[in-house]
Amino acid sequence: MTRRPLARYALRAASLATALGLWQLLTSVDVDLWLRFSQFPTVTDVARAFADRLSGADYWTDLTDSLTRILTGFALAAVLGVATGVLVARSRLAEDLLGPVLEVVRPIPAIALVPVAILLFPSNEQGIVFITCTAAFFPVLVSTRHAVRALTPVWEEAVRTLGGGRLRILGSVVLPGALPGIFGGLSVGIGVSWICVISAEMISGQYGVGYRTWQDYTVVNYPGVFVGMVTIGVLGWVTSTAVELLGRRLTRWLPRTSYVPGGRPRTAVPPLAAPVAVKAERNAENQPEAQHQDHDETEQEARDEHLV
Amino acid sequence: MSTSSETVETVAAPAATSREDVHGTRLTFRAAVLGRPDAPVLHDVDLDVAPGEILTVVGPSGCGKSTLLRTLAGLLSPLAGAVEQDGSPLTGPSADRALVFQEDALLPWRTLRGNVELPLAIGGVPRAERRSRAESWLGRVGLSAQAGQLPHRVSGGQRQRAQLARALADSPRAVLMDEPFGALDAQTRSGMQDLLVEVLRGSGATVVFVTHDVDEALFLGDRVALLGAGRVASVRDVPRPRDRGALDDPARAALRRAVLSSLGT
Repeated sequence: MTRRPLARYALRAASLATALGLWQLLTSVDVDLWLRFSQFPTVTDVARAFADRLSGADYWTDLTDSLTRILTGFALAAVLGVATGVLVARSRLAEDLLGPVLEVVRPIPAIALVPVAILLFPSNEQGIVFITCTAAFFPVLVSTRHAVRALTPVWEEAVRTLGGGRLRILGSVVLPGALPGIFGGLSVGIGVSWICVISAEMISGQYGVGYRTWQDYTVVNYPGVFVGMVTIGVLGWVTSTAVELLGRRLTRWLPRTSYVPGGRPRTAVPPLAAPVAVKAERNAENQPEAQHQDHDETEQEARDEHLV
Repeated sequence: MSTSSETVETVAAPAATSREDVHGTRLTFRAAVLGRPDAPVLHDVDLDVAPGEILTVVGPSGCGKSTLLRTLAGLLSPLAGAVEQDGSPLTGPSADRALVFQEDALLPWRTLRGNVELPLAIGGVPRAERRSRAESWLGRVGLSAQAGQLPHRVSGGQRQRAQLARALADSPRAVLMDEPFGALDAQTRSGMQDLLVEVLRGSGATVVFVTHDVDEALFLGDRVALLGAGRVASVRDVPRPRDRGALDDPARAALRRAVLSSLGT
């Protein structure tokens, strides 16, 4: 039997609470052992600052600005990354034409493209979206390329011998078959996007969570800095969970093992001393149950889907 | 099977009726060399498969059985000589010639019904008709209850039955089968052979069936082609094909001995 979802929620909440408690403890007693917590804002300071911010209009403007930038950049990266990845994986010409450029640009950290963005784009806004998009583009591209190359050839051959043309193969074999890999890239991509959108806002933004966090730092408003960090953390968590859930929904067809993260499923072990005959009998009795269990596992999967 | 013209319009048994008047296709090899470009495996292949005939192909593993079949499917081009369908050269894969693979060629993200609907969608059949024709085919292969299941949720034998339904759904003129029952246990396999005979009956499709099982080859084939040493060693007529009672037939037993000895077992 696996742990009930309620218990898993409790554990997750406890994990966060412990981290906060430790923070509060270290900062309220001003621990100063090599690591210095005396200047550090306490959890209550940050919470108070957070409450102030929530009632002001700027916080929500920052939030929507950052979200608009990241979602635009990420959506562009997803489309461009998948399209380029499929093209490079399926066409030798595209690989030869695009491959070298992509490989040279790929190692450049997206945030180092700030000067390029400033030169290229008329507004800061577009520059930030460009940087966010570039950041997410490469993980999506690379994982799409790998996923498309790793497709089982028999699927494509089957569709070809049923009379399917290139478009049919693309739509019915390549894209659905590569989807699990593509979502791996999207998950990485959304994380990198956040790093870059925040950094870009710190450098050149007007409004935005990153811009606000940096402003607070320059005026030595440390609780404000922490409000920014918590906001980034929560937003990042929410968006990556959304990507993860969408991925699971779209790749439901994947045969999943009954592996349960966080511990081996505990099965009732028959007592060692039990006579063999009894054991055999019990096994026979358990057989219809085994089928039930399979069904239960599917349900369990469905129920636990939100626990990413 | 009925040949009256109005039954063609009904959806209940569309495949069986519409395929009655469609003849199978003639497949011909002329002095063909087959294989991958850097590795030819079969030489001097001269073989003529008559329309509506079931030709089985046997031979030891690695002798080029699959190569022969993939060439007929259009997935490989002949390295020399010619391969023709009804007298004109084969240019590539086509819905005319359906291929049934040994295993796991169903698209895992589509349900069994979705897989059977695929050739119909490719063939431009409207959605509603697609569904009813797929359901009727799944019914014929005994999978009505599993129509909504994903391939990995059903057994190997059920997957092969779904593949058979998918291959036959759009009434191909030739069905090419690459050891389709090779991964199944003996009992399931003989059930599948009976099912195959049943669904092919009256369809008129030409069938090329590759197997390493001599008994399977002799049961299903009108003729059996023996491959060996990079060539088509011989092509023999099978007495009383698709007749389970023919096992004791002396002519059949003699052929079986001859085939086995030429395969070196």
